[in-house]
Amino acid sequence: METLERILREHKFFRDLEPQHIELLVGCASNVRFSEGEFICREGDEATQFFLIRAGSVALEINTHDRGPLVVQTLGEGDILGWSWLIWPYKWHFDARCLDLVRAIALDATCLRTKCEADHHLGYEILKRFGHVVVERLEATRLQLLDVYRVTP
Amino acid sequence: MALAAVAPDVLLPRPFAITRYVRDTHDTFTIELEPADGGGPITFEPGQFNMLYAMGVGEVPISISGDPAKPEKLVHTIRAVGPVTKAMQAMGKGDMIGVRGPYGSAWPMETARGNDLLVIAGGIGLAPLRPAIYWGLAHRQELGRLVILYGTRTPHDMLFRKELEKWRGRLDVSVRVTVDRAEPGWKGNVGVVTTLIPRAGFDPVDVVALVCGPEVMMRFCARELVNHGVSPDRIFLSQERNMKCGVGLCGRCQYGPTFVCKDGPVFSYERVSPLLGKREL
Ligand SMILES: Cc1cc2nc3c(=O)[nH]c(=O)nc-3n(C[C@H](O)[C@H](O)[C@H](O)COP(=O)(O)OP(=O)(O)OC[C@H]3O[C@@H](n4cnc5c(N)ncnc54)[C@H](O)[C@@H]3O)c2cc1C
Ligand code: FES
Repeated sequence: METLERILREHKFFRDLEPQHIELLVGCASNVRFSEGEFICREGDEATQFFLIRAGSVALEINTHDRGPLVVQTLGEGDILGWSWLIWPYKWHFDARCLDLVRAIALDATCLRTKCEADHHLGYEILKRFGHVVVERLEATRLQLLDVYRVTP
Repeated sequence: MALAAVAPDVLLPRPFAITRYVRDTHDTFTIELEPADGGGPITFEPGQFNMLYAMGVGEVPISISGDPAKPEKLVHTIRAVGPVTKAMQAMGKGDMIGVRGPYGSAWPMETARGNDLLVIAGGIGLAPLRPAIYWGLAHRQELGRLVILYGTRTPHDMLFRKELEKWRGRLDVSVRVTVDRAEPGWKGNVGVVTTLIPRAGFDPVDVVALVCGPEVMMRFCARELVNHGVSPDRIFLSQERNMKCGVGLCGRCQYGPTFVCKDGPVFSYERVSPLLGKREL
């Protein structure tokens, strides 16, 4: 059976985390579904959760006054949505809109932050893993900005 | 240098007539050519290139983008960037082009047999990879998974759009397309092509990865593949360097200890990783 514990344990993001830490995470986790077009979060709102996307795709968007919503990246199966919950001021940086039916595991921010404060070993593991996500996003953004496919005039 | 070993007419182009001209994007076009000298077709392996000569303007290396099983249709896909390619862009059906080739190394299709085949293309890099995709489709039963990842600047710059749709519709091929910048109405993926790698669904141990695109893109893709457990000797890249002779005579295309025209353009990452990103070689 696909238990929350098994899904978390087997997800690449939590791989090699100690079993007691997985248990702590499961205590903060729940299964969630979003329908097509639904917003998982809005820029500027408090980041009260983060998500492991299990199926479907999510567009990270920025709303521009002249060009409307601009998609900056699409996330899909296996990706982590949201690191704002971990870093003050805990506000979402983008809108996240579902492009189709999205199934995910939501982890509650307050619950997890409290557990990280209480167990710094867990806190450090989480921070390392999110550090990696942030670096990956930064690297992808830089590549996007490099505009590598532009034809030299 | 073994000058004497090269046949005297090796630098002489054969005349080919344009039999079909298709505009792919605002700056890219595909031409089909037939020999106009009564000679036979040019048979080639996926990844090889020809030297194409626009009469009186100049000669440029262009990969073959057609089906290796149909050599009678010599197909090239070209982005107009400078004098020679712009002269070709202005041509049409019936016009003549000089052709020498095929030259260079090929994608290691035989090594892919029995393994997953992962094709990663950036921008016009899809053109030199298309023959490998045709080969993969023709030998589908002999491969594990066949995965195509393609990244372009905008939806507007996408090459071979209809064909990508056709391949995507097949149950035995996985096609993922992404753009760096979305335009209104684009419903697909946004992000650089490297972000598709973790979701591509291939076996890192039994995969052969073919990568073609701008050098920075290839560098980042190769690194990401290695991070996902793919061995550098199973990753292949196609290098672009300016060329003159195309046959290892002039030294124009020197790339470290190799010549791209005859040792490449396809190299394993294992072989070229020390050279990638170097300013002058
Ligand atoms: C092995 C090999 C295979 C190739 N295959 C293809 C192919 O299938 N299709 C294709 O369109 N091109 C391909 N190229 C690149 C092609 O050879 C060059 O674009 C062409 O030589 C440009 O010639 P030109 O005289 O029109 O422009 P040039 O006068 O040589 O260049 C004009 C301007 O464009 C820039 N430029 C040159 N080449 C490129 C490029 N590739 N991308 C962006 N800017 C460039 C130059 O820096 C210059 O600023 C290949 C190159 C090699 C070495
Ligand atoms: S182009 Fe002359 S040696 Fe390669």
